[in-house]
Amino acid sequence: MSLVWLYAVRGAAAAAPTRTGVDGEEPRLVVHGELAAVVGTVSEQGFDEQALAAAMDDLPRIERLARAHHGVIAEAAEAGPVAPLRLATVYRDDAAVARMLAERSSDLAAVLERVRGRREWGVKVYVDAKAEAPAAEPAAEDRPGTSYLLRRRAQRDRGVAAAERARRVADTLDAALAAVAQSAIRLKIQDARLSGRTQDMVLNATYLVDTAAEEDFRAVLAGIEGDGATVAVTGPWPPFSFAEAP
Amino acid sequence: MTSGGLPVPGNTARPPERRMESTNLADILERVLDKGIVIAGDIRVNLLDIELLTIKIRLLVASVDKAREMGIDWWEHDPSLSSGKRDLTEENRRLRRRIGELEAARNAELEAPREVRPKRRSAARNREDR
Repeated sequence: MSLVWLYAVRGAAAAAPTRTGVDGEEPRLVVHGELAAVVGTVSEQGFDEQALAAAMDDLPRIERLARAHHGVIAEAAEAGPVAPLRLATVYRDDAAVARMLAERSSDLAAVLERVRGRREWGVKVYVDAKAEAPAAEPAAEDRPGTSYLLRRRAQRDRGVAAAERARRVADTLDAALAAVAQSAIRLKIQDARLSGRTQDMVLNATYLVDTAAEEDFRAVLAGIEGDGATVAVTGPWPPFSFAEAP
Repeated sequence: MTSGGLPVPGNTARPPERRMESTNLADILERVLDKGIVIAGDIRVNLLDIELLTIKIRLLVASVDKAREMGIDWWEHDPSLSSGKRDLTEENRRLRRRIGELEAARNAELEAPREVRPKRRSAARNREDR
């Protein structure tokens, strides 16, 4: 027995991607009218409810699924607009997939229109929040208690100032990038515990950018770097973050 | 995988870092688990599990790859981060024990002689506790 894993929906014209799928399978298409679902035939025992629930707790497996899912969609995206599906969208058979395409054809077509000629770029910005020179320590040696409290207050104020500064930097950069992008979405700041970076992530955002505007987008990024911030750009991504109607 | 990343003009000094960033697992998970079109297929995946997983990833963060490189896998053993393997029996036992303690304390309080704690004072104390 087998199941059908969905990667993405796109126009019916292009050929199926050649990259290996989540179960080592070769992706294929299920066509309905103008639309095609990029799918893969996967084993029932590896992808039924129970197996998928177990997979959600198995990071190495999730990693393999996520990378394969993303890889197939990324290849499909090279041939034209795609509407990526969330990981683990699984149907019993092709007929069920075709029914879904029929039922949702108008929203899916709208998604494809929205992302046509555009690519998603992720931008993470790191700044050194502790870069500001420490304020002069108030001297009050004759009153150790006061001195301690003043020191604590100065520390607290610096912490607040640093957080405020990080927020300001993030907002400014996000606004500058959003101005040249079609759409923008803020993602959660990633935890710094394992990044090994000494700088703090102040912005984790993703942008849907017209291919014609990529030059401008790059120019804005170059400016950010000049401000002493470290910028990490990822992409191009298939438009995962912009597939759902806003 | 995604291509090496967008070359930023005047900043060609760090392409390897950008390349690594572009294949960062957390970046992929952020998108494939949290974004993308949601369509209920025939196989129902417990969204709660997915949610827990994304929380896990967020806790862990920057990169699972990096964590593994460092030999860190605490999330796989931490019961509070593992949705399926949480020991409910143990949790139940702990809660029962706690309820028992609270009940015992309450009974002791009820049995205590009233005169020891005049009404007004005890009301005032309750207000302070709040």
